[in-house]
Amino acid sequence: MLLKYLFAKNEDIPPGTATIFFGYSSIFWFVIGTGIGSFNAAKLAFPDFVTGTELFAFGHMRQVHVLAVILGWISMAFAMTMMYMTPALGNTKLWSEKLGLWTAMNWNIGLSLGLFLLWMGFTSGREYSDLIWPIDLVVIFGVLLPLGINVWMTIAHRRTQGIYITNWFFGACIFFVIVVFVVGQSAELFNLTGLTEGYLTFWFAHNVLGLWITPVAAAIAYYTIPKLTGNPLYSHRIGHLHFWAIIAFYSTPASHHLLAAPLPEWLKSFASVEGVLILIPAVAFVANILLTMKGRWSMFVENVEIKFSVTGVLLAIPLNMQGGFQQTRAINWYVHGTGWIVAHAHLALLGMSSFLEIAAVYFGLQQMLRRKLYSLALANFHYWFVIIGFCIYWISMTIAGLIQGAGKIYEVPYIDVVIAEHPYMIARWVGGTMVFTGNLVWLYNMYMTAVEGTVVPKGRYAHELAYER
Amino acid sequence: MLGLSMSITLFFPSWDFRSAESTWVGLDKSLSNGRVIGWSYEDPLVRGDGKPITVILNKDPKTGEEFDPAIRAYVYKPGTPFAAVVNHPDNLGPTVKSLSISKGKIDQAEKSAGAVFIISYADVNGEEWAYVENATATRGWTPSQVLNSTDESQHKYVGKGKTVYITEGCWWCHTLLPEHTQDWQVFGWPPYVGDMNGEMPTAFGSDRKAPDLLHVASRNSSREWMMLHFFNPRLVQPNSIMPRFDYLWGKTDANGNPIDFAKWRKEYDEYRKGLRAYPPEVPEYAPDTEIRALIDWILTSLK
Ligand code: HEC
Repeated sequence: MLLKYLFAKNEDIPPGTATIFFGYSSIFWFVIGTGIGSFNAAKLAFPDFVTGTELFAFGHMRQVHVLAVILGWISMAFAMTMMYMTPALGNTKLWSEKLGLWTAMNWNIGLSLGLFLLWMGFTSGREYSDLIWPIDLVVIFGVLLPLGINVWMTIAHRRTQGIYITNWFFGACIFFVIVVFVVGQSAELFNLTGLTEGYLTFWFAHNVLGLWITPVAAAIAYYTIPKLTGNPLYSHRIGHLHFWAIIAFYSTPASHHLLAAPLPEWLKSFASVEGVLILIPAVAFVANILLTMKGRWSMFVENVEIKFSVTGVLLAIPLNMQGGFQQTRAINWYVHGTGWIVAHAHLALLGMSSFLEIAAVYFGLQQMLRRKLYSLALANFHYWFVIIGFCIYWISMTIAGLIQGAGKIYEVPYIDVVIAEHPYMIARWVGGTMVFTGNLVWLYNMYMTAVEGTVVPKGRYAHELAYER
Repeated sequence: MLGLSMSITLFFPSWDFRSAESTWVGLDKSLSNGRVIGWSYEDPLVRGDGKPITVILNKDPKTGEEFDPAIRAYVYKPGTPFAAVVNHPDNLGPTVKSLSISKGKIDQAEKSAGAVFIISYADVNGEEWAYVENATATRGWTPSQVLNSTDESQHKYVGKGKTVYITEGCWWCHTLLPEHTQDWQVFGWPPYVGDMNGEMPTAFGSDRKAPDLLHVASRNSSREWMMLHFFNPRLVQPNSIMPRFDYLWGKTDANGNPIDFAKWRKEYDEYRKGLRAYPPEVPEYAPDTEIRALIDWILTSLK
């Protein structure tokens, strides 16, 4: 239905079309990504579950899960929020709805193709950069660059004087992620080998998180929390501190992922120090948002979007405390490469980041569809399934990681570690499956919102209306 | 700000990387892997095409002189793209590069004619250095000579085997990077600076759900064990969570008979339920299978 606008004149496309396309695509990919995640977890708990076929082997599915959630869910949810927040904050329209639609279209096609090839085994063998380089080029030129142009032009055509912090982040982070992609994939394009390749792989992995996934998620919270509570942002200046500190400190610690590799020692030490300094932007962000909530904490209970957003912000606290310190040499040797890190990664992507995006997707879709959310009960079901599922996952993997760490230093035969981890692998699968179930319900709820949600009258916000279910 | 962080994290380290001198391990990996592993123009279907063959050579193919111990010859048939260290000798590090060009004549290798490389040693200021020798230029060995003068079992499909490691995603569970802690005793020494020159991808792995494999062949060099373990890890390790890789056997066994996987799985299930005293026999793999290449890589490279 939306696709009919692909060849329409830009003026004829109703505002919000690109947002809606991106929004539903992102939820769809979230369901796919968490579904594959749950499947993979089942394989780690029960190795003979779906066995003997190459395509359903663990090694063929694992990277599909990771990239489906990063490039499909999280990044598309980012694009979705950019499509509606950037114009709203500039008091203007999106520069080109049509370009937005085409970006969404390219994105879905390119990602489907990339993930399909990956699933078949067409891989570069580099973690997080697994997509083969022709697909990387599609991502850069077909997806990120058009997205950037749309956002930058919308900001340039704004009808406000200053630029709100959210748009600072949006504009800058798209630029960064393009640079990060180009540099990270250059290893494949120019056949850079050896340590250079290993380092660039983790340079990419680190910076795509540090300059894209975490800051854009934070930027979203800078919009949703003030918007929904009606409170102004506590401090724009702290927001700026956050912004500049991210660029200074988050862009440099890549080599703390490779402390065991023979990289230059000065680089590792530098990375570890910078890694601790990430606490500066982190604390600035969390404090700023929580102080913005002042006087409106009842909304944490009453309002679904705030519930998701604030949960995401609260999860940023353990996230950054772990992140800042686990990468120092003193701690890293114990937890490196264990389930602890897997837990931490899910705390970042499924905990902090996803919760902020879920809130923004709920809010933005209602706003752009001009329809009230179909069911509060289902939304609460979604919330509780995702948070409980996530906590089960997080806690069980953290414990598994500590067991592996202990196994490392006490020189336990590896198989005993595998046996000791088994219960936690089952718990991980249960948790992941709960997240998946919650997301299925979300997809249904959003579909029903589009077809049956109460129409929001002109001049009102969806969250001002009462729920009917 | 971003420029500053870029120079610190990219430009400055590049000096360190460029000055890294390749070790024997680095030369061996790069020469046996070929240009790159993973999807590439020479290997668009990621089946391990366009890779060299590592030959365990116990006598000179030309003179018949015995080598004791046997040496490794990296055979690039005509058209096979050369390893990154041959294509771009800067990857070797300054000293190894100058040795490999002046003594090893690697700059005379021709892709269209193919070439045979070996690793030789030279003395520089009282220190022994490994360098790449283009044996086609220095000793007149041709790829077909080396292949024909040796037995099939001496041909190791190392590059193809590493391709299997990459496409089958072994590196999502295993690492190739022992750490500085217990790993010294259990998984062996961590890699040195020059151990990766020319390797692509390094596939260190970040999430260790299984033993580190960098030196696995030093702990266990049994081809038989590897075969059983890959067909079904629970045959030799009942508590393993490693997936079965029986599909790497392809359709037929070593004698050309079709492998009946359904029957095997049924009998294995019976064995697990206690209805059979022994598990079914694991079929012998055919020489051109992926499993052969994978085990070749493990037993040759991961020492
Ligand atoms: C789901 C995770 C997983 C995957 C994928 C996996 N393995 Fe394993 N592997 C294990 C575990 C766990 C062990 C230890 C228990 C055992 O011996 O089976 C192991 C053991 C091994 C061993 C013996 C190690 C030793 O120290 O003796 C080898 C060799 C091995 N794997 C190779 C491979 C190769 C090659 C692949 C890809 C084709 C692969 N594995 C894929 C989990 C995995």
